[in-house]
Amino acid sequence: MSEKPQTLWEKMQQQGYSRRDFLRFCGYITAAAGIHASGLSTVVRALETKPRPPVVWFHFQECTCCSESFIRSSHPIVADVILDRISLDYSETLQAAAGHQAEEALHQAMEKYHGQYIMTVEGSVPTKDGGIYCTIGGRTALDVVKEAANGAKAIIAWGSCASNGCVQSAKPNPTGATPIHKVISGKPIINVPGCPPIAEVMAGVIVHILAFDRLPHLDGLGRPKAFYSKRVHDSCYRRPFYDAGLFVETFDDENAKKGYCLYKMGCRGPVTYNSCGIIKWNNGVSYPIQSGHGCIGCSEANFWDNGPFYQHLASFPGFGIETTADTIGAIVGVGTVAGIAAHAISTNIRKRKLIKEEIEHSVKDAKLPR
Amino acid sequence: MANVKHSEFYQVYVWQIPVRVYHWVNAACVLVLAVTGYLIGKPLAIHSSAEASKQYWFGTIRFIHFATAYIFLFNYLFRIYWGFVGNRYSRFSKYLPVTRANWHEMLRVLRIDILQIRKGPLPSIGHNALAAFSYFILFLAFLFEVFTGFGLYAAMSKHWFAQMFAWIVPLMGGDFAVRQWHHAMMWVFVIFSLIHIYLVFYHDYVEGRGVTSSMVGGWKFIEKDEADILD
Repeated sequence: MSEKPQTLWEKMQQQGYSRRDFLRFCGYITAAAGIHASGLSTVVRALETKPRPPVVWFHFQECTCCSESFIRSSHPIVADVILDRISLDYSETLQAAAGHQAEEALHQAMEKYHGQYIMTVEGSVPTKDGGIYCTIGGRTALDVVKEAANGAKAIIAWGSCASNGCVQSAKPNPTGATPIHKVISGKPIINVPGCPPIAEVMAGVIVHILAFDRLPHLDGLGRPKAFYSKRVHDSCYRRPFYDAGLFVETFDDENAKKGYCLYKMGCRGPVTYNSCGIIKWNNGVSYPIQSGHGCIGCSEANFWDNGPFYQHLASFPGFGIETTADTIGAIVGVGTVAGIAAHAISTNIRKRKLIKEEIEHSVKDAKLPR
Repeated sequence: MANVKHSEFYQVYVWQIPVRVYHWVNAACVLVLAVTGYLIGKPLAIHSSAEASKQYWFGTIRFIHFATAYIFLFNYLFRIYWGFVGNRYSRFSKYLPVTRANWHEMLRVLRIDILQIRKGPLPSIGHNALAAFSYFILFLAFLFEVFTGFGLYAAMSKHWFAQMFAWIVPLMGGDFAVRQWHHAMMWVFVIFSLIHIYLVFYHDYVEGRGVTSSMVGGWKFIEKDEADILD
């Protein structure tokens, strides 16, 4: 923990980066954060002059894949400077301190930067049975998160765990895993879902806060619009096959080889909001659909419960495995037709005599010639 | 049925032109929406030797679905309007079984439909209470489809009209859940249509009031000696 917070530019100079490297990074991260080119000078100035915000980074019920994703950001400076050299005052995974030392560092940071620090959370918070399913330093995650949120300027919920519960909250959710926005209120919370989120998205969110001193524009679910306003489907390079109605029928067919749309293989692209099709993964190398596998919708709430992954429609709850709405609908439809047929037959049997009389009468009443 | 007098009938103008037009436009829309919607959920495996750039059938299916949805919605809104300005048979007074008389009528219609027992005349000239209630449920289902459908559509259209429905998606827990329910509700219309069409035929058969043709020509035939006790 540095005594006098340095700016990113100062830190980079210490690291031996040139001005050119710095500007290149600014340009890169501005583009990644979805900021218009006219905002570049603002970003440059902010990173030159503003001290990096203190960050406390918590890990609760999670697998650390968000951190892993972040430190594998395609741009080395993201990992080297933003994360490694950021005034990251507390991070269970990356800090050198352990035990009491670590807890002390956390409390010092929270006191010193009260109301200024950014609290980032990886993982959901268990709420069942008094929150005993996740404890750090003898305290429950719920306790820790509430205390830390109190002095936080803003909260970033990294990944699906923190923003929608992810796998821990899948049915039957034995630990009562709860996303951050459901246990904390009254603080600005940015949800950055994904399992994990894309590294550039994570860096982009931090840079946005750093450069503009305010939260990025958020959508109805608290996600930054810059990264989550489009569906994976909308930026998918296989989209033309979808519109042409050319689909992969099985993973080993000719269509799969031709790279047709994976819609019928259960691809969740049309219902998933993320930037995978644009930013991609691992230095922009590829993303699931490009590698021949449908999107599983990892940045959407309940994606574990919306299975099976290889089916377009989910199984219907309470009707056994792999019963989709269509199967149920067809069965009810056939049942209805059978009921109608039975009803029609019984009508005619029960009223046979009556109907016969009626018909005869009707002709007679009308005094029509027979 | 034994009480029916065949010789004496009044001709009653029940369904006004707007009601009939609404009915058939709606029926056509539901049919088109159900078929295209089902295809969107389960596209056919159409293989062609033509280049992908020369094909657009799935896009066309989706376009038809969206365009029909707009027709369906405005037709529906028109029917709601007509329920306030149309003749007595087009109003919604019987849509909810809130009065004692409505409940009684519903039970009687159930007796006729299920037990096939009938005592005395049917009390309604327009919708009977049970039919009206089923249309109320159907109207709610229509609304559900409109909200979920346009909610899904909001992801594809920046138009303010579609954007008005965008809030439904986070409320229901994401596009996936909305799509699932939007699709499942389609089956309600399939089942409804089967029962509705059958019951029209059945009532026409046992009542002899010409209910089937009434939705084409607007006229129903009511027994003269029963007309005075009917509303």
